[in-house]
Amino acid sequence: MRFMLLFSRQGKLRLQKWYLATADKDKKKMVRELMQVVLARKPKMCSFLEWRDLKVVYKRYASLYFCCAIEGQDNELITLELIHRYVELLDKYFGSVCELDIIFNFEKAYFILDEFVMGGEIQDTSKKSVLKAIEQADLLQEVREGPPMNPLVGPKLPYGPLIAL
Amino acid sequence: MSDVVERTLSVLPGLLGQHDPGVGPGGGGGPGRVSATSRLGSLIRSITALTSKHEEEKLIQQELTSLKATVSAPTTTLRLMKECMVRLIYCEMLGYESSFGYIHAIKLAQQGNLLEKRVGYLAVSLFLHENHELLLLLVNTVVKDLQSTNLVEVCMALTIVSQIFPREMIPAVLPLIEDKLQHSKEIIRRKAVQALYKFYLIAPNQVQHIHDKFRKALCDRDAGVMAASLHIYLQMIKENSSGYKDLTGSFVTILKQVVGGKLPIDFNYHSVPAPWLQIQLLRILGLLGKDDPRTSELMYDVLDESLRRAEINHNITYGLKALTYVIQQDPNLALQHQMTIIECLDHPDPIIKRETLELLYRITNGQNVIVIVQKMLDYLKESKEEYAIISLVGKIAELAEKYAPDNEWFIQTMNAVFSVGGDVVHPDIPNNFLRLLAEGFDDRKEDDQLRMYAVQSYLALLEEEDALYPQKFLQVMSWVLGEYSSLVTDVDPEIILTKLHSLLKKTVITSETKMWIMAAVTKIASHASCSKTVDKLIQEFSNSLDTCMRQYAFELKHLCEDKALMRSLLPFDGSCNDMVVDASLSFLDGFVAEGLGRGAAPYKPHHQRQEEKLSQEKALNFEPYGLSFVSSVSSSGVTGRQSPTGLSFGSDTSGNSAETGHKETNTLKLEGVRRLWGKEGYLPKKENKVGKENEPQTVSCGSLLAGQMGDPPALRSDQVANLSEEDKEKQQLASTLFIGLGSNAGVSLMGKADTATQKFKRKSKINETQSSEEASDFQNSAASDFGPLLDTVPINMEDCEGNVRTRLRKASLCSSDIVEDNLAFETPQSLKKSGLDDRLPDSRLSQSSLFADSNIEIFQPSQNAHCESASKTPLVPCLSEELEELTHSEVVELCQSDALALYLCKVWTDDSLLLIVFVSNKTTSALNAVNLVFEEAEHFQILESTTYQFPVIEAQNVERCQKRVWMDKICTQGILSGCINYQSEMETRLEFSITLSLVDFIRPMEMTTEEFGKLWLSLSNDVKQNIKMSSSQDSLSAALSTLQQKLKLHIVDIIGNEGILACQLLPSVPCLLHCRTHSGMLALWFRSPCSALPDGLLYQCQKVMEES
Repeated sequence: MRFMLLFSRQGKLRLQKWYLATADKDKKKMVRELMQVVLARKPKMCSFLEWRDLKVVYKRYASLYFCCAIEGQDNELITLELIHRYVELLDKYFGSVCELDIIFNFEKAYFILDEFVMGGEIQDTSKKSVLKAIEQADLLQEVREGPPMNPLVGPKLPYGPLIAL
Repeated sequence: MSDVVERTLSVLPGLLGQHDPGVGPGGGGGPGRVSATSRLGSLIRSITALTSKHEEEKLIQQELTSLKATVSAPTTTLRLMKECMVRLIYCEMLGYESSFGYIHAIKLAQQGNLLEKRVGYLAVSLFLHENHELLLLLVNTVVKDLQSTNLVEVCMALTIVSQIFPREMIPAVLPLIEDKLQHSKEIIRRKAVQALYKFYLIAPNQVQHIHDKFRKALCDRDAGVMAASLHIYLQMIKENSSGYKDLTGSFVTILKQVVGGKLPIDFNYHSVPAPWLQIQLLRILGLLGKDDPRTSELMYDVLDESLRRAEINHNITYGLKALTYVIQQDPNLALQHQMTIIECLDHPDPIIKRETLELLYRITNGQNVIVIVQKMLDYLKESKEEYAIISLVGKIAELAEKYAPDNEWFIQTMNAVFSVGGDVVHPDIPNNFLRLLAEGFDDRKEDDQLRMYAVQSYLALLEEEDALYPQKFLQVMSWVLGEYSSLVTDVDPEIILTKLHSLLKKTVITSETKMWIMAAVTKIASHASCSKTVDKLIQEFSNSLDTCMRQYAFELKHLCEDKALMRSLLPFDGSCNDMVVDASLSFLDGFVAEGLGRGAAPYKPHHQRQEEKLSQEKALNFEPYGLSFVSSVSSSGVTGRQSPTGLSFGSDTSGNSAETGHKETNTLKLEGVRRLWGKEGYLPKKENKVGKENEPQTVSCGSLLAGQMGDPPALRSDQVANLSEEDKEKQQLASTLFIGLGSNAGVSLMGKADTATQKFKRKSKINETQSSEEASDFQNSAASDFGPLLDTVPINMEDCEGNVRTRLRKASLCSSDIVEDNLAFETPQSLKKSGLDDRLPDSRLSQSSLFADSNIEIFQPSQNAHCESASKTPLVPCLSEELEELTHSEVVELCQSDALALYLCKVWTDDSLLLIVFVSNKTTSALNAVNLVFEEAEHFQILESTTYQFPVIEAQNVERCQKRVWMDKICTQGILSGCINYQSEMETRLEFSITLSLVDFIRPMEMTTEEFGKLWLSLSNDVKQNIKMSSSQDSLSAALSTLQQKLKLHIVDIIGNEGILACQLLPSVPCLLHCRTHSGMLALWFRSPCSALPDGLLYQCQKVMEES
């Protein structure tokens, strides 16, 4: 995998992970361009794109787009499942994850991703062991920082859970 | 489905709870929900509240300023620092630079407790990249954490290592990570393997010594560790599949276990057992089994099992993609899905449309080409994406050349290609097109008609005053007008000249195109008597500011004064004639000597001047320009301004374009080659199918489609009755698209029908499997001969002559020895052969040659007949005298059969690796038309042509051929494979492979110490490594002379305990080496403009030092 992006329907970047050294300028340009292309696509269209010399696999969950760029010989279908597995992991970790969870706790989203994908290759496909690793690392944190609190003051419905139905 | 419902139910309470701010969502509220009252929370909220980009910018700048103050304050606690880092990451994500925080991220990773460290590492991995200089500061922290007794710390260190780590610091952590492979915790072992995978990718030679440990990881009791090791294996097998054949059994066993559900249940993904693992294993097996029936056999069972268990996915594109590949196997499958395909053609999603066109491209034949190309052109007109345009335009051009039904259509289609494709079209397209016009076919009249039509259509296009055409199109037009406008007798040349003249005056025309136009004018002027326009043109451009134009104008002026000279210089239709060019410019020697005698500076090549200039400037150059000058040399022939001179087009320009052209067609052709499971594996099935379907298919095309759908006839007619108007349209479209795909199609795709309908065909599919691309030139003519051959032989005699002529012209592009072979191509033997083949009962000529292997089984006796009296004494080849003097390897045997034996000798010449292949005929009769074909290899480039044909090898005789090879992509070792096929009664094929090492392509580079110093400063890629010196070469000079002898490095200088050496990778990529001895170690320091070269050489150095 070359890189993974999470961005909202409004075109706000929520998470970016690059697995190949890329200059900042190019990163920005690619993110901007790709967001435009993906956001312009209609809901019924397929999840795969040929973009520049890459294949892009994306999927929309509620208001959030998950988007992976892979190389020519990589399998786009399995990448789509990879996205879904990642969302499942987030969902399990946050408990019915929504965009706000990722906005406010993006570092956690990164930790989970790092545990799941390492150096651009999928590391562990076992849901249990990914979460176990994260929880292990989290354990001390929670003790020190007190009980978790709901980040929301207002209703969180407009964002909605990523996986409903 | 049930788990979806389950999830919905579990989500519901969460949704309800959300309205109650105090309480976390029921069931949710996991460990992750962190205080939103934090500074980050408020930052995010205030940004969300903003309405304009400008306000956001102001707010973030404010935030950054305050963060900057906080992080640099000495009183800031690490805990606060951690929070600041998170906010910095957020700001960076929004696109604001916060480089002031980078160093603090490293500090946090260094000094923080577990949680702070974790954020520190995350920030580092997001902020920095592999080559960032600050990263060096992280190395110590990583080393410390790797040695920690805390598992979480070790995990973090391994994670960061696999994300970003400076390549030159790998040795510092490598032993620690190796140790982790034996760690008791599987998560550590897994991450260690993954980190080593990363190292393997960026510096393969550094992990060369731990390959055994990878095997251990593959057999790890934990599935996760095993899965991680597959990444490494996939990569290694990609590079050298033959080295890992012994593991096939292991991979098969693993896949069996995975498919059989033997892995822990949590590896399942939606009840599919470990799909990622399966895919990875399948890819590995695919690589291992490729072209190797014996290895493939081991896999069939498990592949079958995997296929059966795989769930069918309905994602439409993927389905199409799959279909695209399947169609290569059997075109009839397309018929079953034709309505789906048609619907996809109108799909609102352009991606799906594109995939559909890709599919149609593969089922194109002479009957449906018009419709399919039209669909492609329609898409092209809507498309704006450059990548899509380039690829589609290439496909249209290819189809047009292959299947054009008539001249008119061909020219019109090419016009569309050039005008829509614009200047992004691949340069091969115009080059091939012009070559096709110039070389023509066997029929002079036909050729002239095509040319005339082209001229007329261009004249019509130029008629439109305001029309703007792409430069490439204008170049094509001007070349054609220049060459062939005199064929059209009813147009006054003066009119054409006027048009060209008015083009020249347009400002949008680039100067390159102007050169083409000027060349055209010159050519036309040579046929016409004096012309006013020409005079005007000469006058106008004689004082043009553009020196090239001025030169052209003067040339034209002088030529016009001597019409006879002009005519002999620019003969009609002379573009294909051979031209003898003194490339060394020896006629200038006297002039040069005179100049030097007068004290002029000697000539320095461009790159040398550039290097000198750079080293004088003392600036650090980060561009690996060594590569750029190599490529500029090779491309200059194509793009250089000399190309349109009209004199030299046929010689050097097309020569170059031919070379690039072959590369291009090669990739295209590979897609068309059907060999998924090995030849035998698939063939029987296919033959049966074709055979079966052949019987009932005497029906016309329309009903043929219906029959192909596989529906009972009654049902079909019902359906037809119910069809709406729209559906009928689609049906109609279907019948035009899928025409010719029925019973004939099996044949047509395999090449037979192609030959019959293809008037513009250049690359015959028939010969594809037996001999590769570069030979296409003479193969084409052979292929197009099949038609007449079938009918009568006498016609062919005439034909033969014509072909020899064309081939001679074409051969001018190749080396001269190939010319001889071409001449002898049509020996009586091959005549007989093609005649024989066609008389086979089912007359599937193409099949018999495509699947040569299976034929061997059938016709085995005939082959033996030849070898009955084969002599037992081997015919030992030896090198010719002049080669014997060069450094060369032993003559080794490559392979042999009853009739033939192949030997190889490597000769290391100054400018290339010369492979001398000896073919000895062991039989008692002469062998005719022995073809030697090298496969296109990723890492190597065979100069000139990849094929060689021995017209005849006498009984008990040895013939030899030589090929010059360069290394294109650097690798320590690679394989060049090929095959030899020859005709006895039928085709026989013998495969071989040659292992080539990097050292084969390394040559000493002589230079002075001073030059070394200059070059050293200008190179940016360096690699350092200490290696141990063995007792036998304890002195520096001993070590260096080992390197000199074994690796052909040139010793530039030795001073005290330091030495400098230089070498080059052919053709001209330099690599410099600085050596220093200290306490039994030899410190090597490489520099080169090419980043992979130092790594490769380092590995070779290690190897030879260990060996000696």
